[in-house]
Amino acid sequence: MDENTCYSAIMEIITILDLLKIDAKEGGFLQLKCIAGKQGLGRRITASRISRPGLPLSGFFDSFSAISLQVFGRGEQKYLAKLESEGNFDTIDQMFSYDIPCCIFSDSGEPTPHFAQKAEEVGCPILQSPLLSSALSRRIYQILDVEFAPAMTIHGVLVEVFGIGVLLTGESGVGKSETALELLERGHRLICDDIVKLRNINDTMIIGSGENAQVAHHMEIRGLGIINVPDLYGIGAIREKKQVQLWAELEDWDPGKDYERLSGEDTKRDLLGIKIPYTVVPVKPGRNIPIIIETAARLQRLEKFGFHVADKLDSQVMDYLESRLYRSEDM
Amino acid sequence: MIQKEIVVSNHAGIHTRPAALIARVASGYKSSLHFQKDSMDVNGKSVMGIITLGCPYKDRITMICDGEDEQALASAIEKLFQNKFEEQ
Repeated sequence: MDENTCYSAIMEIITILDLLKIDAKEGGFLQLKCIAGKQGLGRRITASRISRPGLPLSGFFDSFSAISLQVFGRGEQKYLAKLESEGNFDTIDQMFSYDIPCCIFSDSGEPTPHFAQKAEEVGCPILQSPLLSSALSRRIYQILDVEFAPAMTIHGVLVEVFGIGVLLTGESGVGKSETALELLERGHRLICDDIVKLRNINDTMIIGSGENAQVAHHMEIRGLGIINVPDLYGIGAIREKKQVQLWAELEDWDPGKDYERLSGEDTKRDLLGIKIPYTVVPVKPGRNIPIIIETAARLQRLEKFGFHVADKLDSQVMDYLESRLYRSEDM
Repeated sequence: MIQKEIVVSNHAGIHTRPAALIARVASGYKSSLHFQKDSMDVNGKSVMGIITLGCPYKDRITMICDGEDEQALASAIEKLFQNKFEEQ
């Protein structure tokens, strides 16, 4: 890793309240509402797992995953009702003796009276969702996978150019923000400036976003100060998050350094364990960096469609050389 | 100024990869590099220029180096041709 690029690992802390907020932001993806134990909404979720607590309710607490979100499907709900009708509260009390983050009732199920009272007592939130337990579990995993994805922040700018997520990095003052500004002017979009938060989603892609939604779409331009991008360029000029598909590092032109002379030379660089196409773009007066970034994004799109410029040119040149060779042998 | 005739010794001829290699090596020197063949004269620091020459196997071209480090440049380029650009 370069010295001039700041990397820092992020420790995520998410609470039950955060989960409800995420749900609301995603348009009711989980359709959760809190029906008891509201004082415990600050409880932390520390594992990206869910548990179906049928066995603990029947008295078997070995390997009970207390740190997981406890999902009560119809089976668990029926069993709970049976326990309470029999006046058998031991396992319920024992379960609440663990520091469980929350209980989620699927199928719009209601907790039994003793269960709800116990949850209020210990301050364990009870959430309810109309979804089936199978669908609910899948969707919870989808959210937790993103929230618990390995993440880091990097000093740079993330822009979307022709649909390609381009991460611009480089030393302070090399012109990252100015490049992004010109790209905005040319109709591309800004995801965030200065601090880019990157997440590894299921080891298949890197998603970049602003660390803080309130400041992500502001930019500092030397000589102007802070500007607000959607105010100046319209709401179409911004995006909340985007997959990083190209990493362009801007650096001052070093005459002693070799820069890429053919496109398609397989240069990739590791970002949170995923290889991202990487290119070093030398900066010097007279070089229009935004146009170079645009062209790099176009090339990247071509490659995604299986078209490799350098390979195609090479095969054309080879055919030509071969024809010349035979011609000279005939003479 | 150094002027010398060199022979393309790799079977594939000067396709894009060798051309990029020549341009990259040449860019590390201050002297200018030109290749001449028939009526063509191309800049040896330009990949597209070198490809345009269209040099197949056993082709002979003239290399012209000019500048303060011309000797070093000429021997570096000659070495690339002798080593068949690390190909067959």
